[in-house]
Amino acid sequence: MLELRNVTKTVGAVDHIRDVSLVLRHGSLNVLLGPTLSGKTSLMRLMAGLDEPTEGSVWFDGVDVTGVPVRKRNVAMVYQQFINYPAMTVYENIASPLRVARADAATIDREVRRAAELLRLTPYLDRTPLNLSGGQQQRTALARAIVKNASLVLLDEPLANLDYKLREELREELPKIFAAAGTIFVYATTEPHEALLLAGNTATLSEGRVTQFGPTIEVFRRPDDLVTAKTFADPPLNTIVLRKAGSSLLLDGGVNLPVPDDLAGIADGEYTIGFQPHHLSLSGSGPHSVPIRAKVTASEITGSESFIHLDFADVRWVMLAHGIHSFEQDQEIEVFLDTRHIMLFDASGRAVGSREKLAA
Amino acid sequence: MARVECNHIRHAYGANPTSPKDYALKEVNHIFEDGGAYALLGPSGCGKTTLLNIISGLLHPSHGELRFDGRDVTNLSTQERNIAQVFQFPVIYDTMTVYDNLAFPLRNRSVPEADVDRRVRETLEMTGLSDMADRRARGLTADQKQKISLGRGLVRHDVNAILFDEPLTVIDPHMKWVLRSQLKQLHRRFGYTMVYVTHDQTEALTFADQVVVMYEGEIVQIGTPAELFERPRHTFVGYFIGSPGMNVMPVSVSGRSARLGSQTIELPGALAGETSVDAELGIRPEYVRIGTEGFPATIRKVEDIGRHKIVRATVDGHEIAAIVGENAEIPSEPKIAFDPAGINIYADSWRVELGG
Amino acid sequence: MDKPWNNKAWFMVLPVLVLVAFSAVIPLMTVVNYSVQDTFGNNVFFWVGTAWYEDILASTRFWEAMGRNLAFSAIILAIQIPLGIFVALNMPRKGWGVPVCLVLMALPLLIPWNVVGTIWQVFGRIDIGLLGYTMNSLGINYNYVSDPVAAWITLVLMDVWHWTSLVVLLCYAGLVSIPDAYYQAAKIDGASRWAVFRYIQLPKMNRVLLIAVLLRFMDSFMTYTEPFVVTGGGPGNSTTFLSIDLVKMAIGQFDLGPAAAMSIVYFLIVLLLSWVFYTVMTNYGRDS
Repeated sequence: MLELRNVTKTVGAVDHIRDVSLVLRHGSLNVLLGPTLSGKTSLMRLMAGLDEPTEGSVWFDGVDVTGVPVRKRNVAMVYQQFINYPAMTVYENIASPLRVARADAATIDREVRRAAELLRLTPYLDRTPLNLSGGQQQRTALARAIVKNASLVLLDEPLANLDYKLREELREELPKIFAAAGTIFVYATTEPHEALLLAGNTATLSEGRVTQFGPTIEVFRRPDDLVTAKTFADPPLNTIVLRKAGSSLLLDGGVNLPVPDDLAGIADGEYTIGFQPHHLSLSGSGPHSVPIRAKVTASEITGSESFIHLDFADVRWVMLAHGIHSFEQDQEIEVFLDTRHIMLFDASGRAVGSREKLAA
Repeated sequence: MARVECNHIRHAYGANPTSPKDYALKEVNHIFEDGGAYALLGPSGCGKTTLLNIISGLLHPSHGELRFDGRDVTNLSTQERNIAQVFQFPVIYDTMTVYDNLAFPLRNRSVPEADVDRRVRETLEMTGLSDMADRRARGLTADQKQKISLGRGLVRHDVNAILFDEPLTVIDPHMKWVLRSQLKQLHRRFGYTMVYVTHDQTEALTFADQVVVMYEGEIVQIGTPAELFERPRHTFVGYFIGSPGMNVMPVSVSGRSARLGSQTIELPGALAGETSVDAELGIRPEYVRIGTEGFPATIRKVEDIGRHKIVRATVDGHEIAAIVGENAEIPSEPKIAFDPAGINIYADSWRVELGG
Repeated sequence: MDKPWNNKAWFMVLPVLVLVAFSAVIPLMTVVNYSVQDTFGNNVFFWVGTAWYEDILASTRFWEAMGRNLAFSAIILAIQIPLGIFVALNMPRKGWGVPVCLVLMALPLLIPWNVVGTIWQVFGRIDIGLLGYTMNSLGINYNYVSDPVAAWITLVLMDVWHWTSLVVLLCYAGLVSIPDAYYQAAKIDGASRWAVFRYIQLPKMNRVLLIAVLLRFMDSFMTYTEPFVVTGGGPGNSTTFLSIDLVKMAIGQFDLGPAAAMSIVYFLIVLLLSWVFYTVMTNYGRDS
């Protein structure tokens, strides 16, 4: 179990990491999700022991390891760039951590072949990394991390430099490999979509702070605050500031949303609502659908779906609609908001009420 | 803006190519219409960047000719072709201010300073960089730098085409949305001929009116996003576009029905010719229904990815992925059915038309 | 500055500290000690305070030598930096030519100073030297033993031959780090060869050029071995640089006190000028 207790890292006058506490269990896959410079890499360096926290402590299996250098910690790391030994064959690359650990020849051979099999590298064992595709190079780096049998494996945007389709395939394989290995995996990414596909747990990061940590789909569905909801949304989260008065949520332009039952108890005043693009649609039915008129700024077609960019009361929204729809720019259309899925945040950005029953 | 015509273009990086394998680009015949927004989509090594660099003149093709508005430009230099190109990593002149960066291509062409100023200010406005005109380009964020690269292309009104080589690679997801819709608006407003190279299907499909899918140095399909999605001409297109990609399974087809293992699937049309042929059936996960009708399936895994769920199932030993809605329930004895509208039949990986 | 405090690290650098103490700090202190005393041998010392320093700073001999040093360094920088950049720009960036050029460039750097001096001493001789003999056969009056201008030309040529490759290698390292996309973008932007140099290549070479200028300045300002071997400071005093004068004074005339004071002044000047160079150039780099 890896535990960060109130860890802060300051470099010069800048806080890279602010008061982070996390508990990561063996055999778990943990995603660090946040935009560039949100502190993902800094946090990983602290976990690995490459950096020492300015404040707070790092514990591993109940032992304080703060200040223990990385080479005494049995950590493996995979980076965005494909880092392999260029002069060695794939076999030797994978075997290198075992050679450092002075394993016997039989063990080395067995482990290397097992890892190669797992990552589908068996046909390439005799090649050198430079004669491989990007995906194969990164799989070699992953295999090396796996044979190391490290108790902590850190992956820093490992798929960012790979082709879209390759990413999709490796993304599917990685959780299986992680589950089989029984170690603590930490995976940094900027893409919400990737976090959802990997599942496991997700910690959302913003400006050096972990804003929420929990099972991935729960963090996505029930963010504690607006920052988390925004971090965990691609396309960007649709938001708007509105006023609650009695049983209505009043938007600009005379739109009136009924207050959902489970939020009936909250005080009147100003709130921000947030909702995902697929909770807007072109056709509505039932009492949960509220029509809203908005102006189209652009439409993008992905094949089976369309992203319609909308302008509503000077706020930009995106709608994800099923089917192919193309609208003229500046055309005004009627869209429907499914109020069952809206999230409500108070002035300080905290989520209000519990949306559990309906959102699930 | 110009109409860009590729006539029998082939390219090999090595000298003296002999077999087709030596060619990074095998025979491309295509016309990029004036004012069109095109995407070149394919995996790395498919030749898309090679084709782009041939259009911009950074590469000279081994064979074939290139025409801009009917004029042969094959032997013209990059400067003479008058095109703009935005690269994967932002290229900025970091000792210059943002303003001077944008003015650079104009000053190099000895445009009078008054015109330079007017056009640079317009472009700053267009790309939303007005606030930082006098800042040094060094020290800006990746997306701001990429906007500068883009701005240097837009500042020249007379360019024949604007080419993009995976321009959003280093941009954060949220910023990608913003930049992409800005590009789209610029295209609408000014009618530039744009060619956009990417391996990312979402970028390609959302950006382009026409997507050119490339595979191993060849164009396998050109079509609108909807065509590529609904009627992939080649199983590679089916696999490469869509996530997850199209399910492809071996079937034997006779007339209006296809046999998958022990199951029979009704086809939307009949296959002409012989009685029974081996073929492949392709269906996208979006057209696979999970419910109480159809043939029995074993569910291996359900991935909840927020806005929908991906169901991984097996039917007679064949793996099939299905996409179901956010709130969909999966019955205890699930059955799988194929929506006939989404069924395509392939022979030797190429799509065959089914007759009425 | 925010590195964790690790006491063990000090043990690692201890041997180096001891070595530096013996090789630098103690001799320096000895020199300081000599510079404020007068001695006639036999280890008899008289305290003279700053007298030697006042003498040195008032002597025309010192200022003349100093002038020669500055002139020499200025000429060296004015030739080697542009020449180095020019050669680096024209070196191949790919293919078999790269290792060949690199080896050729590295060769002069591998030759010891005194050997370089000897080579040129012979090379320039009018009786048997290729350069000296050829020049005189062509009717050009060249004799570095009697003509101060010829002596200076010989020294400058020798230094250029010996050290320009250092500048070349440093600049080359800066140039190869520029991604291809920059050159492609410049083509598309219609940039001229000069604009490519001014806005892409030069900014990328900034840092290495700073190092090159500093190294070449310090080295040329402290030049000793080569001029000593070739001209011995002559003809007359025309190539007597500070370092040569210093040795003359200390060993030739055994004026240990003035020599010590002079070397301290010399040391401070090098330090000061290097610092000035460094600050000016880093500030320039930041602004642009």
